[in-house]
Amino acid sequence: MTRNLFDRAPDDQYRILDTDGRVVDGASVPDLSDEEFVELYEYMKLARHFDQRAVSLQRQGRMGTYPPLSGQEGAQVGSALALRDEDWLIPSYREHAAALVHGQPLKDTLLYWMGNEAGSEIPEDVNVFTPAVPIASQIPHATGLAWAAKLKGDDAAFLGYFGDGATSEGDFHEGLNFAGVFNTPNVFFCNNNQWAISVPRERQTAAKTIAQKATAYGFEGIQIDGMDPLAVYKATTEALEKARNPQEGEMRPTLIEAVQYRFGAHTTADDPTVYREEGEVEEWKAKDPIPRLEKFLRNTGRLDDERVADIETAVEERVADAIADAESEPRPEPSEIFDNVYAEKPPRLQEQEEWFEQVREKYGDDAMLED
Amino acid sequence: MSDTQNLTLVQAVRDGLRGELARDDDVVVMGEDVGKNGGVFRATDDLYEEFGDDRVIDTPLAESGIIGTAVGMAAYGMKPVPEMQFSGFMYPAFDQIVSHVARLRNRSRGRYSVPMTIRAPYGGGIRAPEHHSESKEAFYTHEAGLKVVIPSTPYDTKGLLASAIRDPDPVVFLEPKKIYRSFRQEVPDETYTVPIGEAAVRREGADISVFCWGAMTRPTLEAAENLEGEIDVEVVDLRTMSPMDTETVVESFKKTGRAAVVHEAPQTAGLGAEIAATIQEEALLHQEAPVKRITGFDTPFPLYALEDYYLPEPARITEGIREAVEF
Repeated sequence: MTRNLFDRAPDDQYRILDTDGRVVDGASVPDLSDEEFVELYEYMKLARHFDQRAVSLQRQGRMGTYPPLSGQEGAQVGSALALRDEDWLIPSYREHAAALVHGQPLKDTLLYWMGNEAGSEIPEDVNVFTPAVPIASQIPHATGLAWAAKLKGDDAAFLGYFGDGATSEGDFHEGLNFAGVFNTPNVFFCNNNQWAISVPRERQTAAKTIAQKATAYGFEGIQIDGMDPLAVYKATTEALEKARNPQEGEMRPTLIEAVQYRFGAHTTADDPTVYREEGEVEEWKAKDPIPRLEKFLRNTGRLDDERVADIETAVEERVADAIADAESEPRPEPSEIFDNVYAEKPPRLQEQEEWFEQVREKYGDDAMLED
Repeated sequence: MSDTQNLTLVQAVRDGLRGELARDDDVVVMGEDVGKNGGVFRATDDLYEEFGDDRVIDTPLAESGIIGTAVGMAAYGMKPVPEMQFSGFMYPAFDQIVSHVARLRNRSRGRYSVPMTIRAPYGGGIRAPEHHSESKEAFYTHEAGLKVVIPSTPYDTKGLLASAIRDPDPVVFLEPKKIYRSFRQEVPDETYTVPIGEAAVRREGADISVFCWGAMTRPTLEAAENLEGEIDVEVVDLRTMSPMDTETVVESFKKTGRAAVVHEAPQTAGLGAEIAATIQEEALLHQEAPVKRITGFDTPFPLYALEDYYLPEPARITEGIREAVEF
């Protein structure tokens, strides 16, 4: 027997809240406490504000190229909140909010995009994998991590993210195919944000949905409204539960296609006005996950003006603190270039480092650094 | 005293895998045909029966999938030993190897590492079809974060493979398939290691140092025999391409003042160039003649009717050594 949620056609998009924040007919809201509902909202507000500040820092030359996430807060926060601490999160390069929810410090995310090696360090007790820039290459890693856990008898589940463009890559196929063959505890979460830089979803695949691709691998796929945080939370929770404890005859892996929109550019180096119409952006902004959840929370008495104002103040302070922390981090030592290449530094690498340090000492850092 | 068996190189691979599978539960052998079939070269024969399909795993036919999932397994604390059926088929996995296998330790500042050993039969000389005979050790040697090992004897094969599997870093372990079965050597039954990063002087000589590895070691030794009484040839088998034992290379060169490098890979940007440059940097004042490169040609590896002409054989090696000495 399969879980009811996944017993639907791949194009029967799962949704709990309509765009006005009302529960749609026949849907039931997730079993969360009032505080948990508000936490979901707080994280989304935090993610939006962080994103806006990060783009602004890049414009001011205080940060390198940065991939914005606005529009995807519902998908990222809703899915990551479904994880337990022992579960793993395998991001692409845009899941700043999801990683934050699973314990990755904001400061580290800032440092990484500021080009500081210190930002690559994931705390030991946080099960977040290193972000992957080459498209889809993290999908087989997610399968391998889950496979190893299964072989070792651990009951963690593994939530891996990628975009719609990634589904065109061989690694998408190979990762999902292995997951099906070895029945690994994976949830594959496609942030279908409609565009892979400038190439639209229709140019990635002739398939009607991305969710239906799961059928080819022998497990369930479901399309959800990725801008409905409650639907995201519910679907991811059930998929993770299925990964950990499949019922008789159930396959562990699930492919979730979360239909959503990237409001901004692919990265700060990209200009989306070249390839998409403003009207399209406006249409999707009407589905913005944040006001949508806010309306639901206000309508159900979980949120009022005062609480919203408190949350906004707290979010601004938290982001400002993280930026101040990241910007006060000293420039990394050049020795960090040579560290962590091998467990033990080979003689040649040691020689290169020693020679470099001699030159540096002789000429000074000013001679080596661009203004 | 430990017992020994008289093994071929491919049997030493199997014996080495068996020893490490028995020694460490985190070791898994994985790849296309490695299970029930025992591998296309029988390198994993009977291991499936002995250790079961959770340890010796037949995977889907997908090089990127095999290496990519092995990255995840390794990061989770296992020690995967993926087999690429032929090194000429490794390219679909090249992105995973250079983007992730080699870099994950660095990309995560040491939080995650990839203690993986990628085994691949490599090189020509077995009358194989197209794409089955390439020697691309330079690709992997060029990549920071990887170690690259090429054994030339059964004894070294078992010991180096054990070192590779126990190594905390990823190792590309290229097996010279031309000599998989061409000779035997006494190999201890028990497990042992041969250190990665140490070259072996196979023959002492005073007139010229010839550097080689893998399947080229035997024809190089044969050429040295041919020249007996005329030129006194030292033969150094590098065994590890990365990290290279430049100390032994330079010491040998300082003694002889002349050098040749023999490899089956194409000449341009091959490891012969690296060795010649190392000699220039470290021992120029001992140099009596240019370093001679005796290599495969800068062409695609030919179909098998011409492969004997492509591969450096004793005549070409003999002549190359003469030229280097008579400069």
